[in-house]
Amino acid sequence: MTGRTPPRRSAAFIAATALVASMGLAACGSDDSAGGTPTLTWYINPDVGNADPSAAKGGQAYLAKRCADGSKGKYKIKVQLLPNDASDQRLQLLRRLAAGDKTMDIMSVDPAFSTEFAAADYYAPVPDNLQAQFKQDRVQSSVDASMYKDKLVSVPFWANTQLLWYKKSVAQKAGLDPQNKPVTWDQLIEAAKKTNTQIGVQAKLYEGYAVWINALITSAGGAIVENPGETYDNLKLGIDSAAGKKAADIIRKVATSGVAGPAIGSSTETESLGLFDGRNGGFLVNWPYTYGALANTDKKDVGAALYPRVSAGEESKPPYGGIQLAVGKGSKHADLAYQAISCITNQENQTIYMTKSGNPASRKKVFDDAGVEKAFPGGIAKLIRENLDNAAPRPLTQYWGDISLALQQRFSPPGALTPQTPASTQKYIGEVLNGKALL
Amino acid sequence: MSTATEAAADTRKRKGGLSDRAKGERSLGWKLAGPAFVIMLLVTLYPIAYAIYLSLFSYRLTDPSARKFVGLQNYVTALGDGLFWEAFMTTFFIVVVTLVFELILGFAIALLMNKVVLPRRTLRTIVLIPYAIITVVSAFAWLYAAQPDTGFINHWLHTLSFGAWDLNYDWFGGRWSALFIICLSEIWKTTPFVSLLLLAGLAQVDGAMEEAAKVDGASWWQRLTKVILPNMKAAIMVATLFRTLDAVRIYDNPVVMTGGANKTTTLSMLVGRETVERVEIGMGSALAVILFIIVLIIAGIFVKGFKVDLAGGGRS
Repeated sequence: MTGRTPPRRSAAFIAATALVASMGLAACGSDDSAGGTPTLTWYINPDVGNADPSAAKGGQAYLAKRCADGSKGKYKIKVQLLPNDASDQRLQLLRRLAAGDKTMDIMSVDPAFSTEFAAADYYAPVPDNLQAQFKQDRVQSSVDASMYKDKLVSVPFWANTQLLWYKKSVAQKAGLDPQNKPVTWDQLIEAAKKTNTQIGVQAKLYEGYAVWINALITSAGGAIVENPGETYDNLKLGIDSAAGKKAADIIRKVATSGVAGPAIGSSTETESLGLFDGRNGGFLVNWPYTYGALANTDKKDVGAALYPRVSAGEESKPPYGGIQLAVGKGSKHADLAYQAISCITNQENQTIYMTKSGNPASRKKVFDDAGVEKAFPGGIAKLIRENLDNAAPRPLTQYWGDISLALQQRFSPPGALTPQTPASTQKYIGEVLNGKALL
Repeated sequence: MSTATEAAADTRKRKGGLSDRAKGERSLGWKLAGPAFVIMLLVTLYPIAYAIYLSLFSYRLTDPSARKFVGLQNYVTALGDGLFWEAFMTTFFIVVVTLVFELILGFAIALLMNKVVLPRRTLRTIVLIPYAIITVVSAFAWLYAAQPDTGFINHWLHTLSFGAWDLNYDWFGGRWSALFIICLSEIWKTTPFVSLLLLAGLAQVDGAMEEAAKVDGASWWQRLTKVILPNMKAAIMVATLFRTLDAVRIYDNPVVMTGGANKTTTLSMLVGRETVERVEIGMGSALAVILFIIVLIIAGIFVKGFKVDLAGGGRS
């Protein structure tokens, strides 16, 4: 008898393990068991609320709860938090989409990578009857960023753009009035040198650096990709141009004149914000969340202005960012997902989101709301709205991921750029796209 | 011809002539190790074979319809590319530098641990702490320590050099200074592992031999080079082999610290970038296969060239 016990015990153990494992799998796989209310999964990028659905936070998780509650039992929404960095967000979405994940009901997608997903045919089509609604009252740059081959493939949610932030005291000392008289990069560098202050920029090897390079090239009247819809063998690049050279020149000057802090090559939005928020901070190009995130600086001394110009006579083209909402092709509830998106992006919800999260809405009317003006005082709300009209998205090509990586690498380190850099970068990107060089 | 058949028949007979006990042991051995062996084959052989197959295609995950057989083109492109050789040089620079320092420091710590009697266990635990830290975490720790805004390294050097050191020195702004911090972090983290392996080797050295050498009037240096080191050659070789193979695959430290900026991209990072970031599965697989072959060659050199016996341990 005693001799028999161990095998039985082990059999019981195996059975128990198998049971637990299958339960675990079942928990992963099923979302709408037994025909109840369908649950939509929304992959959100981190914001003020992250996964916290409380009204006090007012992030995407709260909008998810609001819309699900308002749907009167038609759907529930479960949020899944994506990684912090735009590049990592792309990776996770891309891998899930490529693997045919059935839970990709709603995704918060960075506009820079939306085209790549659309070109790979990863999106469920936007229903015809909702197209007009999704374009209604939107700032033009957000609609532009949602199109692929003249078709709306994603829905503008919030629209972001960078501003020039400055300390009023520093600008005054340098004799600049950025708010009323747009400044150029050269003026900024001179002002920072004169006042012994620093300019916060993003030049680490990551997407944010490509944002800066793109903003400089477009502000100089050029374009990184001249025909964004084309396939790789027909793509025409515009880096090797007067605009590209001008951009490289400005980056080199910022890096070598010592005005961008000691570690320009490892500076992201966070580091540059820290630089501006520190004792020697003078100027900063960054997204609107800056205003709410300043911790050490007297906010009365902080001003915002249009993005710096490349040449005095030409209006700047500030970077466009933000988030598009899209529905994955494998989603089992694409129609419900679009209904939910319609709710998430309505005026009321966009107003809540802009007020609470500090992320600007893509709807123009939201900017007239009293609550929004209170959250962005001193005309900053109006300024963001104005900037969004001029904002230029990163090239809407499906190869932006590659182009961006190559740009970042070849434009690094920022202090060592030469007039030849744009030409060699353009040649290199061409080789990479055609599979003739590694990236 | 006939001798060959005879010999074969002979072995067959001898095999068949195993004692019942030996047969039973052998079959028990297969039963015990068999399932693990099959699973090992499934989880290692299949992906390797699949990677080799994929490496022959031009295949991008976001454009599956454009998948095209290109033969060895990916290998030709990779091996003819400057970036590959730059990553190769960076990787082997890190391998050589870290290995030399880890062996010297590891040996010194092993000698110390071997001699110290009183807080032996405590000492061994303390020495092991860096090794117990997850590499990504230690990479972030070193990143923050060396960065000009959050770091203390510049402040210490500034104080120690009586103000001559630039407080704003950007360690990650240049190739060699970035590699210096990366190597430092690697050495800090894995020296304990090397010292433990070497300690095991030291324990194998017969104390009587050392004593005999001492009686014969050998100096400390002579005892070290003529008695101790030759007798722990196997342990040194195993430590070197393990660390070399580990270091060739270095990924976490440079990714966290520089992200590959300023020519600090290593081979593993290149594989990761092609496969995961660019989803160029074909080129990524080709690079992974190349890295795999490099690792095989190194292991081969050690096992055949230096006659490292991984199973025996003692002999060399």
